[in-house]
Amino acid sequence: MSARVGWLIAAGLLSQVALAAAAATEATELLIYSSRHYPQEPAFDAFAKKTGIALKTFNATDAELFERLRAEGERTPADVLITVDAGNLWNAARAGLLAAVDSRDLAANIPAHLRDPQNRWFGMTVRARTIVYNTKKVKPDELSTYAALGDPRWKGRLCLRTSTHVYNQSLLAAMIKRYGEPTTEEIVRGWVATQPILINGDTKILEAVAAGQCDVALANTYYLARLVAKDPSFPVRPFWPDQEGAGVHVNISGAGVTAHARHRAEAIRFLEFLSSPDAQALFAEASFEFPANPHVAPHPLLAKWGTFKMDDLNIAAAGEFQAAATRLADRVGYK
Amino acid sequence: MGSPAATVAASGSPTPRSRRSWLWTTAALGTAAVVAGPILAVGWSLTAPAWDIWAHLWRTQLLQLLLNTGQLLVGVGLGVLVLGTGLAWLVVTYEFPGRRLFEWALILPLALPAYVIGFVFLGLLDFTGPLQTGLRAVFGPGLRLPDLRSGWGVTLMMTLVFYPYVYTLARTALLEQAPETLESARCLGRTRVGAFVNVTLPLARPSLVAGMTLACMEALADFGTVATFGYRTLTEAIYRVWHGMFDRLAATQLAAVLLGVAFLLILVERASRGRARFTQSRRHGHPSSAILLRGFRAAAATGVCAAVLLVAFGLPVGQLLVWVIGTLRRDGLPEGFGGLLLNSLWLAAVSAVCAGALAVLLGYALRLEPSRLVVPAVRFAAMGYALPGAVIAVGVLLPLAWLDHVLARGLERALGIDAGMLLTGSALGLLFAYLVRFLAVSFYTVEASLTRIPRNFDEAARSLGAGAGRSLREVHLPLMRRGLLGAGALVFVDVMKEMPATLLLRPFGLNTLAIAVWQRTAESLWQEAAVPALAIVVAGLVPVALILRTGVPLADSATREAPTPARR
Repeated sequence: MSARVGWLIAAGLLSQVALAAAAATEATELLIYSSRHYPQEPAFDAFAKKTGIALKTFNATDAELFERLRAEGERTPADVLITVDAGNLWNAARAGLLAAVDSRDLAANIPAHLRDPQNRWFGMTVRARTIVYNTKKVKPDELSTYAALGDPRWKGRLCLRTSTHVYNQSLLAAMIKRYGEPTTEEIVRGWVATQPILINGDTKILEAVAAGQCDVALANTYYLARLVAKDPSFPVRPFWPDQEGAGVHVNISGAGVTAHARHRAEAIRFLEFLSSPDAQALFAEASFEFPANPHVAPHPLLAKWGTFKMDDLNIAAAGEFQAAATRLADRVGYK
Repeated sequence: MGSPAATVAASGSPTPRSRRSWLWTTAALGTAAVVAGPILAVGWSLTAPAWDIWAHLWRTQLLQLLLNTGQLLVGVGLGVLVLGTGLAWLVVTYEFPGRRLFEWALILPLALPAYVIGFVFLGLLDFTGPLQTGLRAVFGPGLRLPDLRSGWGVTLMMTLVFYPYVYTLARTALLEQAPETLESARCLGRTRVGAFVNVTLPLARPSLVAGMTLACMEALADFGTVATFGYRTLTEAIYRVWHGMFDRLAATQLAAVLLGVAFLLILVERASRGRARFTQSRRHGHPSSAILLRGFRAAAATGVCAAVLLVAFGLPVGQLLVWVIGTLRRDGLPEGFGGLLLNSLWLAAVSAVCAGALAVLLGYALRLEPSRLVVPAVRFAAMGYALPGAVIAVGVLLPLAWLDHVLARGLERALGIDAGMLLTGSALGLLFAYLVRFLAVSFYTVEASLTRIPRNFDEAARSLGAGAGRSLREVHLPLMRRGLLGAGALVFVDVMKEMPATLLLRPFGLNTLAIAVWQRTAESLWQEAAVPALAIVVAGLVPVALILRTGVPLADSATREAPTPARR
């Protein structure tokens, strides 16, 4: 009996290998490695419908996608890499995993500060990491800049996400590029001095602000938009800091064509489609992110929050200084 | 070195060597070496230290990381030991209302993934959760309770999830103790408690310590819970360095430190066994009846069991059910749910069988010949349990990918076909990673079961002409049946819950329930994550029920006696 089971298992395992060999993508398919984890992506579906090219998506975290791409090397089945943070795209490009794409459409649709200077990756959607406040407890004129959150008046009233998460690492990285490490260190020390409550999730942070556990926090705009869309009386609103200075810190969710893509032409077509007004509008509507294409209007809910000055630092800085940002956080005790 | 060697010394005569015990030893050494490969790679990474990262860690947090990790281990170790052993003793020795139910129900928390418990409890008990919101409605908005997001919170969570390891093993050990041993102790003057402490506990020690070691290694390897609670342990630092500083090499080196801690754990476990013998002269005596509790004591026993069950299982599952009903009403079942379930089930089943077979091979080879080579090789191979799944996954990915390139180049030259990545593109890499990660679970359980088989059984088999293989098939395996089923079931549940290695190594298209949970929790879609999470729990209940049945006395096939009347 056990021998039979053994043979059955061996046969099953061998069939897996055969399946793997047979699973190479055909000409009318694209394989996307993506760390976006939305259950539905209307923009992807629209591309498939318009061009007849089927899209297959493989989800994992950014670091894992990176390791996989690197280990697979020239035999990677992936055509496109999509990540949720510029730092990860920067890292992939640095390791030679992404190919440069010379496309007039992409250059026209995506502003220069939201794409790689060497055209290896392109931002598709934008999210702002901004100050959020409880509308019942805080008035907008009490807020001004990111640095001002370190003011003693916010002691015990500030909620922050932990510094292990990439959103805050990118924020610090952008600050380091703008202001240099010593100034950034001072700013973060200020935050730490207010004894912030550390919560490991933007949605939880927003709920904490609404419930009164803290009065101000830093969060990504799309999380807030989601909560406000569900309940318009949610007592938290965004504040756009540093409008006299550098502007609001933004990050991107972006895409690049892999260096050894088997369907390079289709992959470029896919990226161009994602940057086109049709797809950008779909992104804006579905996930409450800002479209990277400046000619496309954001979701009405976001538009209600007004226009704001965006930091036009090239977002590659988020990757370039991410390691330094993590170390800085360690040094000043920002957990 | 380990109990086999000690047993040999104590019994006076060496284990009878069969002609082909060297075959067993070589096979064991070979498979242990292959399984230990990724773990070795982690240790090997220390040969090129990333000095600047280490200097940075030393300056900023290394000490705190080690202290936090140590505190977690001590807390979880003691917690599961006390809770697991206490509950097992209660349920085996006494009769009280609801005992039958609790006997099996107390294992249920094993089916819950630790990362699910974490976010469920935070959701319930956090500032914004229903409990505190309700309390604030009564006592005023200024009410501030101690934060669950701390070392104690994590320790409590992990104790609640991992105590079933000790509970299962302790219960089996207690059930298999010959009642005469205890009765003799009572006759010779020990009080009930004294007999428990001085006779029962030491006899059950290998099982207790094995369970504790498993729980501690799981605690070491866990990332989901510590990340949710914001508690800085070594594993959290591994991820921080890997994802945040883009430095996989330094992260691997931190994992090597983790290995060192695991190694210390194992040394402690070995040392605690000492040179004692743990077999008993007869495995089943006549049953003695359980002690009936009355009145206050009965109520207390029932109360304790009910409280643990409620907190560790009832509350989380209840919350999941609430979310599931809401999500199902709104969206229906997630797309491809049947496929997810099937994938989870078959991956778990195949891993359980392979892990069980491997554990038997290694355990039996050790029993035949506790050579100086095989013992450390096997112990080392079992350390995969202490490593985070993602680290093992990378350790498996790199050599397999290299092998894939070699194979593909060869096939291209020989047959002109473009095969792509064969091993990492199939489930084989993933299954291998599961083996590396979960060998400890099956091995410790099987080994605990093997040590209970007296040596003279082996000698008797030899004298009757059976070689090593035949006596394994006809003597040891039937006696080990419970342990084997238990080991397979534990691995099954663990693989169903596994997430990080699956995320990295799965071939495209092979998604599991755990992946579905991750996709949703990563986007803070807690309610939506409840459907696959509950499916994992429900699917895990079947093997959990199996683990329970392995504690029920079956016919004693070794002595071919008529089945003794069941104790229960």
